[in-house]
Amino acid sequence: MKILGIDSSGLVASVAVVEDDVLIGEYTTNYKKTHSQTLLPMLEELKQMIDLDLATIDAIAVAGGPGSFTGLRIGSATAKGLGLALNKPIVSVPTVEALAYNLWGCEGDVCVLMDARRNQVYTGIYRFAHGKMETVTPQCAVDLMEIIAQVNEHGRPVTFLGDGVPVFAEQLAQHCRVAYDFAPAHMNRQRAASLCALAELYYQEGRIQSADEHRPDYLRLSQAERERLERERMAQASE
Amino acid sequence: MSSKDVRILAIESSCDETAAAVVVNGRQVLSNVISTQIPLHTLYGGVVPEIASRKHIERINQVIREALEQADTTLDDLDAIGVTYGPGLVGALLVGVSEAKAISFAKDIPLVGVHHIEGHICANYIEDTSLEPPFLCLVVSGGHTHLVNVKDYGVYEILGRTRDDAAGEAFDKVARAIGLGYPGGPKIEQKAKEGNPHAISFPVAKVADSPFDFSFSGLKSAVLNYMNGVQMKGGSVNEADIAASFQQAVIDALVGHAMHAIDVYGATKFAIAGGVASNGTLRAAMQEACQQKGVAFYHPSPILCTDNAAMIGCAAYYEYLRGRRDGMALNAVPNLALGQRVDF
Repeated sequence: MKILGIDSSGLVASVAVVEDDVLIGEYTTNYKKTHSQTLLPMLEELKQMIDLDLATIDAIAVAGGPGSFTGLRIGSATAKGLGLALNKPIVSVPTVEALAYNLWGCEGDVCVLMDARRNQVYTGIYRFAHGKMETVTPQCAVDLMEIIAQVNEHGRPVTFLGDGVPVFAEQLAQHCRVAYDFAPAHMNRQRAASLCALAELYYQEGRIQSADEHRPDYLRLSQAERERLERERMAQASE
Repeated sequence: MSSKDVRILAIESSCDETAAAVVVNGRQVLSNVISTQIPLHTLYGGVVPEIASRKHIERINQVIREALEQADTTLDDLDAIGVTYGPGLVGALLVGVSEAKAISFAKDIPLVGVHHIEGHICANYIEDTSLEPPFLCLVVSGGHTHLVNVKDYGVYEILGRTRDDAAGEAFDKVARAIGLGYPGGPKIEQKAKEGNPHAISFPVAKVADSPFDFSFSGLKSAVLNYMNGVQMKGGSVNEADIAASFQQAVIDALVGHAMHAIDVYGATKFAIAGGVASNGTLRAAMQEACQQKGVAFYHPSPILCTDNAAMIGCAAYYEYLRGRRDGMALNAVPNLALGQRVDF
């Protein structure tokens, strides 16, 4: 099985092609250019380098959210366009799960921290046992202190990763009461290879979508929707 | 269809319509599919960029598929893909641009980036297949008010533009003020039919030293001041008269500038384009003014005035003939200027 993966959910742009248990090619950048200027040029270069025949791909994997709203849509629209043109299904991999999968085999717990602004994180807690990733806390958007409380409650050593780590390092030092460390540079941000490896498992479980129905899972409403719901709630409360 | 025909799939997602079309040789529209989000944005009194972007991604594949099916066309039949890359809402533009690039990449189809307003102007080529440049064109929409000298295919000179609010924006704001809601253009036009366009004199500011520039923010303030004044005196405002008088003031400014430009440039052909160009009262006034000068008047039918992809397909065709080809680094340019070409 051959899977083409793309991730533009955060600052990192990453594309990869994985066939069964072999990573054929991966191209990852974390640079100031917009994903609109990196993602497809990188894919074009990768295709050329590994003589990729797009018709041989079985599925397109994409970081399905959460993440930067615009970044997610650049990835999704790219995946949807590829899916439409190549007539291939999409495997929408939850961004936080794909990030955790970077640390496959980790002995302690794995806790992803993506900076979601407003002192919130996109996060989740995962554990590896018998060669499989188990979900302890499914991906969600919560206050940093809430996920730290969960980590403390579990009482197990934990490895943090994601772009929230440098943002919240001080608060972790202050509030985290279990042994913890930070994943190193080669595995602490989004990587399309991990996304593809996880997507293979999801594909086998039948967790696929058509390119038409795929849309990102933002985990959050837009600001305008939030404010409208809030207004409606206030109006109801005052009645 | 001869073998030299150029068949283009066009994609448009710059604001609140998700649209795709298949156009042959720029002027023969095989399909023109539009999925509008207007009812959704009505809840918020205007277009919410994040919501617009989310809707685009939910609809874009279906819209493209429908455009291809209606045109009895497959991706393999295409000579190019045209896509709007600016101006517009950046998040909304990026959906169409990313989708178009991915299809272009997957099927090795040439990609042509298109300017949204140039698309609006090109709608006139579809409406009247005998129209050729040069001509003057007034582009009026929710985000734009431009008086343009169309010198040749793809060659534009801006003669005048708005210094503040676009004409359509003024319609939206005044509609909100008198309680008509969104979108303001059609609502004001409807209400104005019951009112007297000469009941109230609303001034339209002239822009010093720029005879072809517009300014509509003062007009909007004049309407608000008038309403406050009446209400302070304990009177009740006549919404229909306000709508009619406001609309007349906008039309007077647009027609006045247009006729002045026709005189100065000795134009024999004049066109209008953009969402506000579907306003019947504006069309009638422009038609009459052009007729008096013996100038041919062109205007797209309402479906081609609204944001649509057929017009993008037409603009893409002439850009294609001029040799424009975009690579995978094509990016959205939210403030792209008319006539500007950005290479990536």
